[in-house]
Amino acid sequence: MSIKTLFDTELKVVNIGLKSFKETLDQCKVAAVQVDWRPPATVDEHWQKVMEHHKETIDAANREVCNRVLSSRPVLIGLDVALAAIPGMKKNLILHAGPPVAWEKMCGPMRGGIIAALKYEGLAKDDGEAEHLAASGEIQYAPCHEHAAVGPMAGIVSASMPVFVVKNENHGNVAYCTMNEGLGKVLRYGAFSAAVIEKLQWMEKVLYPTLKAAVADLGKIDLKNIIAQALHMGDEVHNRNRAATSLFYRQITPAIIRTSENKKEMIEVLEFINGNDHFFLNLSMAASKVSLDAGRDVPGSSVVIAMARNGTEFGVQLSGAGDRWFTGAAPVPDALYFPGFTRADANPDIGDSAITETNGLGGFAIAASPAIVQFVGGTAADAVNYTLQMYEITVAENNMYRIPYLNFRGTPTGIDVRQVIAKNLCPFIDTGVAHKEAGVGQIGAGVLSAPPEPFKNAYIGLAQAFASGGHTACAPS
Amino acid sequence: MQIKGLIKKGEYFDSISLMIATQKIKQMEGVVDAAIMMGAPENKAILKSSGFLIDLFLDAEDSDLLVAVKAADEAMAREILRKIADLLKDTGKKEHRGAEFTPRGLEGALAALPGANLALVSVAGKYAAHEAMAALKKGLHVMIFSDNVPLDKEIELKKYARQKGLLVMGPDCGTAIINGVPLAFANVVNRGNIGIVAASGSGLQEVACLISNHGGGISQAIGAGGRDVKQEVGGITFLSALEMLAQDDQTKVILLVSKPPHPEVLARIGQKVKGFSKPTAAVFLGADAREVEAYGITAAPDLAAGAEKALALAGIHMDKSADEMDLTAVAQNIAAKLHPTQKYLRALFTGGTFCSETQVILKGLPGLFSNAPIAGAQRLVDVWKSQQHTVIDLGEDTFTVGKPHPMIDFSTRNLRILQEARDPETAVILLDLVLGYGANLNPLAELMPALVEAKAVARGQNKHRELPVICSVTGTDADPQNRGLVVKALREAGCIVCASNAQATKLCQKVIP
Repeated sequence: MSIKTLFDTELKVVNIGLKSFKETLDQCKVAAVQVDWRPPATVDEHWQKVMEHHKETIDAANREVCNRVLSSRPVLIGLDVALAAIPGMKKNLILHAGPPVAWEKMCGPMRGGIIAALKYEGLAKDDGEAEHLAASGEIQYAPCHEHAAVGPMAGIVSASMPVFVVKNENHGNVAYCTMNEGLGKVLRYGAFSAAVIEKLQWMEKVLYPTLKAAVADLGKIDLKNIIAQALHMGDEVHNRNRAATSLFYRQITPAIIRTSENKKEMIEVLEFINGNDHFFLNLSMAASKVSLDAGRDVPGSSVVIAMARNGTEFGVQLSGAGDRWFTGAAPVPDALYFPGFTRADANPDIGDSAITETNGLGGFAIAASPAIVQFVGGTAADAVNYTLQMYEITVAENNMYRIPYLNFRGTPTGIDVRQVIAKNLCPFIDTGVAHKEAGVGQIGAGVLSAPPEPFKNAYIGLAQAFASGGHTACAPS
Repeated sequence: MQIKGLIKKGEYFDSISLMIATQKIKQMEGVVDAAIMMGAPENKAILKSSGFLIDLFLDAEDSDLLVAVKAADEAMAREILRKIADLLKDTGKKEHRGAEFTPRGLEGALAALPGANLALVSVAGKYAAHEAMAALKKGLHVMIFSDNVPLDKEIELKKYARQKGLLVMGPDCGTAIINGVPLAFANVVNRGNIGIVAASGSGLQEVACLISNHGGGISQAIGAGGRDVKQEVGGITFLSALEMLAQDDQTKVILLVSKPPHPEVLARIGQKVKGFSKPTAAVFLGADAREVEAYGITAAPDLAAGAEKALALAGIHMDKSADEMDLTAVAQNIAAKLHPTQKYLRALFTGGTFCSETQVILKGLPGLFSNAPIAGAQRLVDVWKSQQHTVIDLGEDTFTVGKPHPMIDFSTRNLRILQEARDPETAVILLDLVLGYGANLNPLAELMPALVEAKAVARGQNKHRELPVICSVTGTDADPQNRGLVVKALREAGCIVCASNAQATKLCQKVIP
């Protein structure tokens, strides 16, 4: 559009500000679109200038990250035990959701999950002993994300726990996630009663070997394919995994029947998976993790490569800022609560499951999931708008995950922290809500906006890295 | 406390609908607590833990809907259950709202409207430059309505735009008409062959309406912003706009409106005009006509004259018969009724250019004060209090803090009209009234009561003073407010409505003793 052509072209107006101007244009039948503008997040102008100065480097780096993430091919290649499989795993190490957090700062559900894990590992005989041990300094804690793993809610992974092994066939990296325990009183919501431990033991002794044999029989299961299909069947594979679980079930069931030698156990396993609509969640998370990890460490990139919450803090990692966590207080979700519970009972947001949103799923794909849109407090149209808004803070549209209602447009993928700041628009995250006290479990579910602080900190962190001389070279493709 | 429940067999609701229903039920009067769930075993476990698993529910199946309420007594609980049954009938029959998607930023807007070519920015001044720059970078022309944009940002934007072949209108650009489309505060004018470039909003509106009302038409009207012709900005938008109009086949005549440009800027504009063959007129309010005419530009002293000259250059003789007014006779008539204490003009403008124009016309009048003094006028000590002859721009920041522009919100001016009416020294009140999109859509309803009251106040005190009100109305009959109807009503209320602010000012000049 040059000066010469303005007068020869039909005027099409973007109206940023007073709505009455748009109304005038509507009356005059002029093509116009209103921007729901609001002031950007406050970041010192100095850092904005630094980021602006390096815009082209950042843009190129972001393209590289997206190429890697979108070309990822997550497949389930097997199951293993955490100690054997997860890099750096140790008997006295417990992995948890979100950014790093010390025992003293951990929220109730996370502490509860750790008590459950210590009992399950046989490191403590009872709750009191477990709590003492947990605080003693003998047990080390680290984020799942720093060990190529992810975990829903408390995200607790201990040495003996079986894990899915998900490989990125295109880039060679691997990610791990535990198996989903189902709903009710479960470790991931911080429950630690005897029944919780018994279920974990059943998962280790029965579920794990049965699934391991079945997956080995199949060789691999293409998770990207299942997720892509599930989006066409009403899932967004974070808060709704009913279709994906069904698709997974169709693939795994014949293999379980072929490989299981114990009919009673086979039936237990099949009923367990069949009875848990969220069974696929952990696979969806691992698939997202392994895809995003391929995009890590591209110098200068402002793409968010992980969003995770530990129930105390919300953490963000950028591809261009290494393993550094940028954090802020985790918000308490505005959710729909189960009978008998209110917001006052809720724990601040928790879990690594926001890795799905980071990968263009979950809240970013909610337009594909009309069955759960009422979580966002309204109509299908509102849910479509949530997804449409996420396009404004992302750099790519997914090449595989597509939304039927949006004419099979790819889901918004690759959160650009610069856009989050400029639009003052934080990612939408579908989430479950844990009771703030250990052991109570899930009390609700809903959608929340990520808090702005971690993104502000990430933005400044990346700008500081540029200012101090890092990221001068454009990433190779 | 009583817990009562009901089962609806085989009625499936998804869990979310039920959670929402539960919330609604909890808000009902008399409800202490409530639960509404499908009868699956895990749900029964939840009901049990919250004390809602009554005997009735024990044999319920997955596909049964369980409803339980806790209330003060049994009668209350039964009544609530009845209401819930009604509520459930409505669940699932939700209206589709089909809300229109409003993007949060430019990229989303461009996705929603591919090929957008102009961004109209009216966010607060401190953010406007950023939004404008983003739009320029995407290749859009920009109109910045916002004021209080820092000067260095304006320069940066305009330099960048010039380099990219884009146009920046504003900042503080109140109006423009591009391809016949009124932008921000703008009037519905005839299309034609006169192109306008103006530094000020009300000046542009006045000349565009005068041209249109007298048989001419506007090809394009470009707002440049009040600072464009300052030395620092260098007239970048004026020059770009001139180039555009020079190349535009529809534009045969060009009219420039501004305060006097900085001599360097005037020279640049003059050279540009000399370089092409389209006849050009200019209203540089307060400038020396000879300096302007040296560049072959037809100089006009005021806005009405500018419109007339542009029409003449376009070969249209301005038929002024409808506006014809024997100013001297009318003035004598008014002056004859004035009380000896009534000595001063009180001009209360909503358009800044009218404030300038009136001061330029009244140049040399002793005792002329303004809150925005030019042409030898003195600065008011207190802008809220008139001194001798006072000309006020009500669009100045002091008057607009926390309020809409005075073209929209008449309250400040209405109060000032009454204040002047009570002053026995007020000889005449001069007003502008700007119509069009963006301005108050119902001006008579708001202005008229103030005028009637003002006249009544004057009559009621100090030996029955007459308070003449002289007014110009900027607009066209095609405007949403319809200029013809507005003028008629004002005249019926005893106002003297002139054809232009220039004419109105000249009339005042003859009235004041």
